[in-house]
Amino acid sequence: MGTPTDLLHEWLSRRVSEQSLEWLDGQLGKLRDASGDRDLVITLGMIPRRLGKDDLNLSAGDLAAADAARPGWDPSLWTIETAARVLALLAFSGNEAAFLDAYKELCRSADVAEAIALYAGLPLYPAPEKLVDQAGEGLRGNVRAVFEAVAHRNPYPREQFDENRWNQMVLKALFIGSTLDPIQGLDDRANPVLARIMCDYAHERWAAGRQITPEIWRCVGPFAEGDMIADLKRVAGSSDPQERSAAALALTASGAPEAKAILVGLTAESAALEAGTLRWKDVVPA
Amino acid sequence: MMFIDPHAHMISRTTDDYEAMAAAGVVALIEPAFWLGQPRTYVGSYIDYLSHIVGFERFRAGQFGIRHYCTIGLNSKEANNQELAEGVMEILPRFALKEAVVAIGEIGYDEQTELEDKYFRLQLDLAKELALPVMIHTPHRDKKRGTSRSMDVCLEHGLDPAMVVVDHNNEETVREVLDRGFWAAFSIYPSTKMGNARMVEILRQYGAERIIVDSACDWGISDPLGVPKTARLALDSGVPEEHVRLACYQNALSAYGQSGQIKEDDWLNPPAIDQRTLYEGNSVLRGGREARIEEPGAQRGMDKLIIE
Repeated sequence: MGTPTDLLHEWLSRRVSEQSLEWLDGQLGKLRDASGDRDLVITLGMIPRRLGKDDLNLSAGDLAAADAARPGWDPSLWTIETAARVLALLAFSGNEAAFLDAYKELCRSADVAEAIALYAGLPLYPAPEKLVDQAGEGLRGNVRAVFEAVAHRNPYPREQFDENRWNQMVLKALFIGSTLDPIQGLDDRANPVLARIMCDYAHERWAAGRQITPEIWRCVGPFAEGDMIADLKRVAGSSDPQERSAAALALTASGAPEAKAILVGLTAESAALEAGTLRWKDVVPA
Repeated sequence: MMFIDPHAHMISRTTDDYEAMAAAGVVALIEPAFWLGQPRTYVGSYIDYLSHIVGFERFRAGQFGIRHYCTIGLNSKEANNQELAEGVMEILPRFALKEAVVAIGEIGYDEQTELEDKYFRLQLDLAKELALPVMIHTPHRDKKRGTSRSMDVCLEHGLDPAMVVVDHNNEETVREVLDRGFWAAFSIYPSTKMGNARMVEILRQYGAERIIVDSACDWGISDPLGVPKTARLALDSGVPEEHVRLACYQNALSAYGQSGQIKEDDWLNPPAIDQRTLYEGNSVLRGGREARIEEPGAQRGMDKLIIE
């Protein structure tokens, strides 16, 4: 079984010219023995100019190999430049202390595409527990693509974030118009505090007469009780089919007897649930 | 008609300006690194500023359907703080190779001091080393001599005039700049630089070869619609449409395109990855509001009373 470094190299060798690969291999050689970060900065800057920015377009087999090499690693949306930049970072990461220093500095002065690579590579770097604060920085901005590099298709948050950081990440996804379904571990790390936060947020949006994503109820269902059940009942009565679907999914996750009673009224949705044709990914806004 | 504003300090401008620019046909703009209205005193502020214009500002522009590029450099005013200048010189290479950096700039003279001269020259060498174009800020005071001197130093350092845009020209400087083979840019900036009726006269007199129109809009009383307004006035005054296209669009693309970092395809046929990250045009804004390109000025004044 290949390591992530082997896989990244193999995917890139399929997608870039021999000349570009030769340049990359030369840079990787330098980075393995580098003492300072100057070569790293230049390599990261030159990668898109030498290799391009197209999508990697990995096959199902490639993605399976990725998941086998590092459980949860999902490079399905990676581009050539992201893959090459992460490869360069891994080549440089032999000296853990130098890597940690360089990583922080690189994040500070990254352009958007660099930031995406720096954060998308989080599951692959050494000493992951020492990068938590920097990963938190990646969630602080308003550039959605950078936020999603940390939050989406990435096993790092579920493995490393404490409950507050996790909850803030899930909540912020809604604030910047992002989606919840691609967050790994969303159901495993659901918690009563987040359920309450989400219900409070729903009430704010309702008071303002604003739309709310049906995905929000995924975080509420397993802990719904009392007034939260009343909120789900309100959503179950919506004229929007996606909202009703979300209510049915959330009510199913709740063990409360009142939840079952509301579900009876959602005949079509309940039938779809029985048939296994209704899943949370079906209520993600387009 | 599509326009490029190749000199706009958007960090100092509002979303209303972006909406108005997009509505007026501005498809791309270039944000030169500059002085913020008061001096920075730590290199850290400079690092954060450069990060901001290669990062967030680029993203912000993309939300309005405008492609954002920038130039990286130490401006002439802050070159006079030697400690700061040394620190900035050290970090410039880290930023000069970022995505969408189209030149080293805006660099040049303010008071024409020795320190300004020193850091101008060092940055010309850096531009040459990185094969990047240069954007020159010509001084407000003693402009004529400052402009000549800027070009002399470029040639002394072996730069090809075709790689150098000399900005903030006026009637007194344009002839020499064009004769020596440099690009001549004009900033349509009320009260201090160029007016657009005067600009139309320049276009009539010199044609549009190597002439570039920009707004230089910043924290002062300036107009982000400087380029489209000049184009309209020129067309209404009978300047040939092709000349307007060159001065208000194509020449900036040709000059800064030599960096390899700005291409017409960026806005005509944007790659999928950019549309996912930087160029949404209809993306969801902070607070989940759909971005809308409104009529210019729709947000201004008291006639639009309801805020939802």
